[in-house]
Amino acid sequence: MKSFRLLLVAIFALTFTVSSLGFAQRGSAGEATILYWQAVSIPNPYLSGGTKDLDGAAPVIEPLASYDPAGNLVPRLVDEIPTVANGGVSEDLTSITWKLTEGILWSDGTPLTSADVVFTGEYCMNEEAGCQQVANFADIESIEAVDDLTVKITFGVPKPFPYGAFVSYTGPILQAAQFADCIGAQNQSCTEQNFAPIGTGPFKIVDFRTNDVVVYEANENYRVADQPAFARVTNKGGGDAAGAARAVLETGEADYGWNLQVQPEILNQMVEAGNGEIVAAFGPNVERLMINSTNPDSELGDERSVYMGGDNAHPFLSDPAVREALSLAIDREILTEIGYGSAGQPTCNVIPAPAAYVSTANDGCLVQDIEKANQLLDDAGWVMGNDGVRTNVDGVKLSVLYQTSTNAVRQETQALVKQWWSEIGVAAELRNIDASVFFGGDPSSPDTFQKFYADIEMYTNGFSGTDPEAYFKNWTCEEIPGPDNGWLGGNVPRYCNPEYDALVTEMAATAALEDRAALGKKMNDFLVQEGAMIPLIHRGSVSAKSNSLTGATGNAWDSELWNIAEWGRSE
Amino acid sequence: MFQYTVRRLLISIPTLLVISFVIFFILDTAPNDPTGNLPLTIPPEVRADIRKSLGLDDPLAVRYAKWAQQFFISEPLNFIESTTGISIGNSENRTRIISWQTRGPVADAIAERMPQTLWVLGLAYIFGILIAIPVGVISAYKQYSIFDQVGTFISLVGFSVPTFFTGLLAIILFSVKLKWFPSIYDTTLVVKDWPTFVLQVKQMIMPVTVLAFFNASQLSRFLRSSMLDNLSQDYARTARSKGLQERIVVLGHVLRNSMIPLVTIIALGIPAIFGGAIITEQIFRINGLGALLIQGIYNADIPMVQTLTFIFAILIVVFNLIADIAYGFLDPRIRYS
Amino acid sequence: MASISSTTETMKAPTPQWMETWKQFAKHKGALVSLIIFTIIVLAVILGPILWPLDPNYSNLRARNEGPSLAHPFGTDNLGRDLFAANLYGGRISLAVGAVAMLISIFIGTIIGLIAGYSSKLDGLLMRFTDMFFALPRLPLLLVVIMLYRDKLRSLFGPELGIFMLIVFIIGATSWMTTARIVRGDVLSVKEREFVTAASALGSKNGRILGMHILPNVLSPILVSATLGMATAIITESALSFLGLGFPSDVPTWGRLLFDGKDYLTLTPMRVVWPGLFISIVVLCVNFMGDGLRDAMDPRSKSKA
Repeated sequence: MKSFRLLLVAIFALTFTVSSLGFAQRGSAGEATILYWQAVSIPNPYLSGGTKDLDGAAPVIEPLASYDPAGNLVPRLVDEIPTVANGGVSEDLTSITWKLTEGILWSDGTPLTSADVVFTGEYCMNEEAGCQQVANFADIESIEAVDDLTVKITFGVPKPFPYGAFVSYTGPILQAAQFADCIGAQNQSCTEQNFAPIGTGPFKIVDFRTNDVVVYEANENYRVADQPAFARVTNKGGGDAAGAARAVLETGEADYGWNLQVQPEILNQMVEAGNGEIVAAFGPNVERLMINSTNPDSELGDERSVYMGGDNAHPFLSDPAVREALSLAIDREILTEIGYGSAGQPTCNVIPAPAAYVSTANDGCLVQDIEKANQLLDDAGWVMGNDGVRTNVDGVKLSVLYQTSTNAVRQETQALVKQWWSEIGVAAELRNIDASVFFGGDPSSPDTFQKFYADIEMYTNGFSGTDPEAYFKNWTCEEIPGPDNGWLGGNVPRYCNPEYDALVTEMAATAALEDRAALGKKMNDFLVQEGAMIPLIHRGSVSAKSNSLTGATGNAWDSELWNIAEWGRSE
Repeated sequence: MFQYTVRRLLISIPTLLVISFVIFFILDTAPNDPTGNLPLTIPPEVRADIRKSLGLDDPLAVRYAKWAQQFFISEPLNFIESTTGISIGNSENRTRIISWQTRGPVADAIAERMPQTLWVLGLAYIFGILIAIPVGVISAYKQYSIFDQVGTFISLVGFSVPTFFTGLLAIILFSVKLKWFPSIYDTTLVVKDWPTFVLQVKQMIMPVTVLAFFNASQLSRFLRSSMLDNLSQDYARTARSKGLQERIVVLGHVLRNSMIPLVTIIALGIPAIFGGAIITEQIFRINGLGALLIQGIYNADIPMVQTLTFIFAILIVVFNLIADIAYGFLDPRIRYS
Repeated sequence: MASISSTTETMKAPTPQWMETWKQFAKHKGALVSLIIFTIIVLAVILGPILWPLDPNYSNLRARNEGPSLAHPFGTDNLGRDLFAANLYGGRISLAVGAVAMLISIFIGTIIGLIAGYSSKLDGLLMRFTDMFFALPRLPLLLVVIMLYRDKLRSLFGPELGIFMLIVFIIGATSWMTTARIVRGDVLSVKEREFVTAASALGSKNGRILGMHILPNVLSPILVSATLGMATAIITESALSFLGLGFPSDVPTWGRLLFDGKDYLTLTPMRVVWPGLFISIVVLCVNFMGDGLRDAMDPRSKSKA
């Protein structure tokens, strides 16, 4: 019996050596299970912009170029990234020309051509489509097929950063033949196409159940002969983040678990089981406090939280000393340790990445200083009352309504911040609102983050891709939400400074990366130092992978599954 | 009784129409929004376009009429066509109810989720009833015995501790520590031979047990109290004094008369099976109808939520009618005028 | 004034009937023990937060995720907040919410059930109304209610009392339907019994028949509903806070402690055991007290108890 077992072990060892010596074959690694606790609803990025849906499509349909985990553009369906230097981008920055790699096939065996790219552009820019990625196509005048493999995109204005369309997981190429009848309003009846788009990627969808499971099988026409290593990948959805972490790290039922926002001590305990490890990646997301510069008092009725050119200013948050004190009283290290663990880093900036854009001018806030905060308030004439809350001469009380979306970590952050503020004589009433209402933007609801019927609110924001130009536009005067524009607009803190607006305009006309970065830092400092917002945590994405899974590195700039073709099993 | 049934069925139609409109109105008034869960990188103008493409700019009455037309006419016709293969009228251009979240037909998503929902919740309900009846009867018959006390204790603790806790406890015990059962429910599993059957049983054990326990707690309490009431009734004494066997008195007469509250609860419980068990489904990743509904609500997917809720309403009305008819059988004195 | 003094008089000196009921109640051992335990819990949550010095919201960041100790008998949570204080304070709210919401729900359910069961004219209308309430999607309904009323109640009654009223009303108004159906089902059967038909033949008024003859006979399912309703209300309250409808997140309740603690089951298990235990004990006490009360008031079951 014993010798038989030995023999078996020897045979196994032999097979493994052989396979690792020889070329890995497509599909040789067998099956893998990945868990998305927010399940994929529809694997068509143009009809649903949720990260889970973008990721669900990423193994199947590909963009022309992707971002790697360091934020660099890498070619996918093209030979090289067009730049001014290689002539791909015109000198006046008004056009970009992509050259497709020859010989790329769709999973149905037909060749990929420039017509597919042009079609994808038309598909998304159709006015009736309600395309969710249409912002990536901003300023595009025309997309034309120069020849079978060349696509030229012409812009109406000079585009210093022309990599919006067809880049990263927000811009994959659809097959023109498959989606031909799905233009505009017709996309409603294209369930078959939307649920199983034909792609050029390493996998194809063989079974899709909405909000439940996606089953992928290796694409036999994939351009790299020995990829993907997995023959079959199942993306299972549902449950919660802690459950997904448990399935990867403790029970070993899954190989990869996405977006595991779980309390650090619980996650660490699961990691100790020894089945897997955490994969963290940091992009541009920052959890921040938005400071309302207008008065949200409910007595004001229709003028509540409405920006009126400097009138209607907030009774106490308009005082710079108060804003600085609020920021100084917060211990960002502790917030990170308790709520985020390896998924967060303390920050004092609105732009925490890419490195070139990161300012160092505000790092003073990284160390909590209750004493200094108290001093600031004392000097500014805010006198501590008997109830532990400061007031000024006019009897204005430092009492804030502090709202955020419902989420365990956010409620814990609120509790800690409230305690620290109480130490400097600021009272806080906490409120949490269901995320679908808070971020829903329904103009009839008083609880949206844009209406901002509170003094301070907290949420995470970031930008897509690596270029923050469009992001900075959010805080220009014209972006202030109000009744006139149906409360749409990204300038939630109602920050308005013509100097800042001028910098935004300047950036749109600046091409050199160094100059853009310098402008970015300047704008970042404006936003922080003038108290539009108080940055708290630079948030990363946290996923977990089993020990035997190789190739999964995490990626904060693109889909975490961007390189799923290279994933495999170690042995 | 027949006349009563027909009349009730006729009344159901306007009732259901009113209910469907009230549901639609509530869903429409609710402040959550289909673009609420999209990344903030999608700008507000694009969100406005998305809303427009979903038809949200139309007036309430138009959207309701559209849904009603699709639900009452298009979908039934589609169903007939797909089951019989006969095409009726202009089937090409007939619009179906399309979910905003998945852009796929709502009816298909529901059909996809029926199997796991019926298996898990249906079995849990059947087991719940099978446990509750003997427990309720014995507890009442031997009131204040050890069996009754223990039964009371377990069922009330079982009802007080929510399934999000018992489910989690089960996973930590049986999936993490003992590794007996999977914590992920595989909806793609097809039972075709013995090993796949074993897998199916394994993945159903935990959710079914957790839910059956919860259902049994509630049912047994009502049955026990009702039995107690009836055991002391005059007719039970009369039956005993006539010399009928105790077993016949208890099981034949008393149980039958005690079934009224149980029938009520069961009649309300069967539609609830269709409504899904939101928490249990989430914990075990069953992705049944409960998960579909809650996802729909979170994403303000009005066509999905409206359709699911309305089917639920139909079942409520139908099963309450069945319960009313059943009362008449259980207690012939009950007459409806 | 005179009437007030006379009521206090009667309360001081219970009538013989009261004494009789109390005697019967006290005979029921489970009921008596439950009453004592329940009283202790109520006293603890009322007086506890005054006597126990720690604030349930104070984070001691050096004492996170601690097990039970003298300083923290129930340990601390992941923010270093004292769980003993949280359980005491949380009990106040959970008991208040559970009891009031349950009473509202039982009251509405019983009235509607009695009328529908007794009056065949109103039966159809009331039951279709009940059907509608059953079918209404709860979550969106809650979102609508928050949107419409939260700010109004907050400005009228302040954040905590305003929310309390909203929550008990919401829970009560969305959970009475089962009680109504059950009561109606029983009334349908009871009203055909001899003593009711006799009373009605003797010319008793409808209200009197309902109150004196029918209600006592459908009391048991109502009491079961009450027991289960209390548990549901306590748990539902915690679910509501996730919609932003519940109490602000810095107000502990048993339901919320249980929900927040569940993920820490493997790290600090006592964190979830205590609130779970308290909810169960309260529900058990309510159940046994209900049993005792029914036995005491039901003339027939005296011999059994």
